[in-house]
Amino acid sequence: MPLHFLNPSSLIMSVSLNQIVFKATLPVMFGYIPLGMAFGVLFSELGYHWLFACAMGVFIFAGAAQFLAVGLLANHAGLLEIFITIFLLNSRHIFYGISLLSSMKAKGWRRFYLIFGLTDETFSLLTSTQPPEGMDKTDYQLRVTLFNQSYWVLGCTLGGWLGTQISLSTAGIEFVLPALFMVLAIEQYRHLRQAAPFALALLIGVGVLLFISQDQMLLISILISVATLLLYKGGERWNPYRI
Amino acid sequence: MESVPYLIAVIAVMTAATFLTRVLPFVLLYKVADHPVLRYLGRYLPPVLMVLLVIYSFKGEDLISRDFLPELAGLFSVLVLHLTMRNALVSILGGTGCYMAVVQMGIFN
Repeated sequence: MPLHFLNPSSLIMSVSLNQIVFKATLPVMFGYIPLGMAFGVLFSELGYHWLFACAMGVFIFAGAAQFLAVGLLANHAGLLEIFITIFLLNSRHIFYGISLLSSMKAKGWRRFYLIFGLTDETFSLLTSTQPPEGMDKTDYQLRVTLFNQSYWVLGCTLGGWLGTQISLSTAGIEFVLPALFMVLAIEQYRHLRQAAPFALALLIGVGVLLFISQDQMLLISILISVATLLLYKGGERWNPYRI
Repeated sequence: MESVPYLIAVIAVMTAATFLTRVLPFVLLYKVADHPVLRYLGRYLPPVLMVLLVIYSFKGEDLISRDFLPELAGLFSVLVLHLTMRNALVSILGGTGCYMAVVQMGIFN
């Protein structure tokens, strides 16, 4: 054990840092525990031991993918099919990584874990919150990721276990997911103070959902949005009189 | 009881596919991380993605029918709660509560 852990002042410092991180990740906790439980309950209907629900939270740590996995497992889908489906479903993460490239300074296992744990909500927190004064940025990012994963694993495990014990009735609880993203979108607006990107996303998202594809809505919308942003940036550079 | 080796193989494949999507930009684009275009995308993509994720949550619903009124009511309550109280927890739980009440009492039926 490193000697600085024996220093009482660093221990107190560490406790208060955890409190700060806990407060920052609290909204995620209230999203992840019920959602994780919903996944666990669904998963338990397949008849596997609840420990596997816990293992999926630990190793996969991806909400939409784990929900989709319940359907894939029930259909005995092939491994190649599962690989391609999950890769496409999670391909939005590629853009999260691009957004965080310049602000992620961690090296070694810390970097590995931060990349592994880059969920939608962790990404949102890392781009919309700042570490408190004097706190190492990498340390803050690591703790946020670890706290978030703990909530998710706790939810998956509890749901997997509860699902084998009792049957729950919670119509409408799935709304925590859009509510969470809605709050994060409002926080992004507070940060950016420009309406155009939000209007653009609304137009593209609803348009793709209504007229192009339900199944591939997220990936197609992201690609169209990136293309639009890049075209706008290009137009700005070519035409100096553009607003 | 389903086959446990199959489940373990599925978990392994899903872990690999998910991690691959998260690690790709760091492997491929590490050297160009400070490129102005990447910084531009890093600034404007997050708000776009959050809005898209809200819409994505309603995939499979008919966005232009009466059936979508409960969702609109829920989103509106999240917006009002968050603009007035500015407490993420209150907004998420309050909004979900409003939605559950609307759905379970059949207000828009």
